[in-house]
Amino acid sequence: MSARTLYDKLFDSHVVREENGTALIYIDRHLVHEVTSPQAFEGLKLAGRRLWRINSVLAVPDHNVPTTDRSHGIADPISRLQVETLDQNCTDFGVTEFKMGDVRQGIVHVMGPEQGATLPGMTVVCGDSHTSTHGAFGALAHGIGTSEVEHVMATQCLVQKKSKAMQVRVEGKLGHGVTAKDIALAIIGKIGTAGGTGYAIEFAGSAIRSLSMEGRMTLCNMAIEAGARAGMVAVDETTINYVKGRPYAPRPEQWDAAVAYWSTLHSDEGARFDAVVELKAEEIEPQVTWGTSPEMVIAINGSVPDPAKESDPTKRGGIERALQYMGLEANTPIDQINIDKVFIGSCTNSRIEDLRAAAAVAKGKHVAANVKLAMVVPGSGLVKAQAEQEGLDKIFKEAGFEWREPGCSMCLAMNADRLEPGERCASTSNRNFEGRQGPGGRTHLVSPEMAAAAAVAGHFVDVRLLLN
Amino acid sequence: MQAFTQLNGLVVPLDRANVDTDAIIPKQFLKSIKRAGFGPNAFDEWRYLDHGEPGMDNSKRPLNPDFPLNQARYQGASVLLARENFGCGSSREHAPWALLDFGFRAIIAPSYADIFFNNCFKNGILPITLSAEIVDSLFKAVESTEGYKLVIDLETQTVVTPDSQSYAFEVDAFRKHCLLNGLDDIGLTLQHVDEIKAFEAKRKQAQPWLFN
Ligand code: SF4
Repeated sequence: MSARTLYDKLFDSHVVREENGTALIYIDRHLVHEVTSPQAFEGLKLAGRRLWRINSVLAVPDHNVPTTDRSHGIADPISRLQVETLDQNCTDFGVTEFKMGDVRQGIVHVMGPEQGATLPGMTVVCGDSHTSTHGAFGALAHGIGTSEVEHVMATQCLVQKKSKAMQVRVEGKLGHGVTAKDIALAIIGKIGTAGGTGYAIEFAGSAIRSLSMEGRMTLCNMAIEAGARAGMVAVDETTINYVKGRPYAPRPEQWDAAVAYWSTLHSDEGARFDAVVELKAEEIEPQVTWGTSPEMVIAINGSVPDPAKESDPTKRGGIERALQYMGLEANTPIDQINIDKVFIGSCTNSRIEDLRAAAAVAKGKHVAANVKLAMVVPGSGLVKAQAEQEGLDKIFKEAGFEWREPGCSMCLAMNADRLEPGERCASTSNRNFEGRQGPGGRTHLVSPEMAAAAAVAGHFVDVRLLLN
Repeated sequence: MQAFTQLNGLVVPLDRANVDTDAIIPKQFLKSIKRAGFGPNAFDEWRYLDHGEPGMDNSKRPLNPDFPLNQARYQGASVLLARENFGCGSSREHAPWALLDFGFRAIIAPSYADIFFNNCFKNGILPITLSAEIVDSLFKAVESTEGYKLVIDLETQTVVTPDSQSYAFEVDAFRKHCLLNGLDDIGLTLQHVDEIKAFEAKRKQAQPWLFN
C-alpha cells in the first residue's frame, strides 16, 4: 500500500459508504454543549427520532455558566433557560451530562480529553468550531453546525467530503518563554486565517513532538483560526501516557490492543501532502495580535503596522478599520500599549500547564495599578481542583488576580464576564474579532505567560525579560 | 428545507473581507433555543447604532444609515455579495439561520469558511464561489446600478447579469441534488441503516474500547 498521511488513515477508516466523492463517515464521539444543541434536540423530537448511540454522547454546559458564586444559579433568565433546556434534553434522551456544580463540568474541549472521552483514532464532533482541539490526540475532530449535530445524533454519521491534507512542520527547539500559543499565532500570521481553508492540517516536526498534550491541544485548537476544520498531531508516547488511566480510556484488558492500534496513527514515511508549510522553532518569538483577526499578529518586539505601506486596497481597508476599532495608531511599538483587563482562560489556554506557566510569571509580583481586572478561569472543575492543590490559586490571588469557576467566560462573553466598550484586554483565548469579548471591547491574543506578564506590567511586555 | 431552483434577486454588497459569524449574528442572540427569528438581528452591531440584546423591539432601534442593508435601494435583497473568507469563525448555524430569516437565499463571494459554507446548504441557502475578479466587477456594477438584480440558476449552475453576461459556478453534485429537491439529509442517510449497523458492528469488534 502506498504511503498514507495520518489524515488519510483517520478518514478512510471511518468511511461507511462513498458515492461520487461524498462519504458517509462514522462518528465515535459526540460532545454537546448548551448553545448549539437545543434546535437539534428539538428537531429529533419533532421527527420522533431517537439517539443512534447514547453512550457516544457527552454533554456539558459551558458557554453560559457564571464563573462567580454559583449557589444562586444563573441570573440571566435567557442563559438560564438555555442551560435548563440542555439539562432537560439530556434527561429526556438519556445522555450523560456533567452539570453545573459537578467537578467534571468545564469547557467542552477541556472536559473531553480530561475524561479520556477523546481517544486516538476516533472521529470526534461537537457543534463548536474549536472541536479541532481534540485532533491533538491523533483523532479526526472538527466542528459541525446544528443540522449536523442533529444528523449525528440520529444516524451516528456525517456526510463529508475528504479535505486536502496540509503539513505544518515546525523543526527545532522553542526559545524560553515561547509556547504552543506562539507557534499557533505565528502559523496564522504566516498563512492567514483562510490559509488552511479546505485542508486538514497535521502539525509535525521536532518542536511539535516536544510539546506536551496541553501544548498540542492549544495548537490544534487554533487550527480553525487558520481556516482548517481539523488539526491533528500523530500519536506518540506523550499521547498514550496522557490517556492512560482516565475514566473513559480503554479498560486494562483492552489497553494493549488499543496501544498497538494507536501506534499506527502517524503519517507514513514519504506520504504526500497537498501543501507543506515550514517554520523554524528558533525564529518564533512571543506573539501579540494587534487587530481584529488572528492573522493580524506580530512579535512582541514589533510595531503596529502602517496601512499606508499596504498596496492591496481590500487589505489596506482592513488594516485601517482594525486600527480604528482597536484604538491604535500605526507604527506604535506593541510593548507600549497599555491594557485594562486580563483574561487567562478559554479552551485554548485554561489547562493545568497553562495555569502553572502563568502563575510562574505572576508569582511574587502584583497586577499593575492601571489594570482594572485580571481573571483566571480554569478550564474545568478538575483543573481548578488540581491548581488549588498545587497552590496556584494562592499565587494568583496574592498577585491580585481573581480566581473563578470554570467555563468559557470572557472568551466570548455570553455570561456576565465581558469587556466594556473601549476596554483593552490581554487574552489567552482564540478570537480577537470585533465585539468578541463584549461590544466595543478590544482583544489582544497572547499566551498565558504573556498575559500574566502584561498583567503585572500594565502593558504588553516581552515575558522573556521577566523570566530571565 | 426549502428547495432552491432559480432566483431572480436584488443584490446587496457587503464590502468587507473575513466577515465572521460573530458579525453575522452576535453571540447574545445565540441564547435563543429556536431556529427562527434571527433576521432582525443579522449583522446587529453594524446595522444598528445602539447595542442590541435579545427581547428588544428592533423596529424602534436607531439604524446605521451607512450600512448597505439599511439603505432604501437594497430593501428586499435576496442575494448577498461578499468578499473573501466569508463566514469565518464560530461554527454557529445561527449565522445561516439569520441570513435566511432576513431574506437571503444566495451569497456570492470569492471564498468561504468551510463550516459556514456547509451550513448554508443545510438551510436552503446557495453559497456561490466566483473568482475575485468577477466578484470585484459585480461590486462595481451593484454600486453603480440601482435595482441591480442577478438571475441565479442552480440547475444550469449559472449567474446571469442584467446585461446577459453569464458566469458559471461549481457545486458539489450531492449538495446540488439536495438543494434542488429540498431534501433532508437525515432521511437520506437513514436509507443506509443496514450499512451503518454493519460498519458499527465491525468497529465494535476491532476497537471495543470505543464503545465503553
Ligand atoms: S472557550 Fe471560547 S472558543 Fe472555547 S468553546 Fe468556549 S466560547 Fe468557544
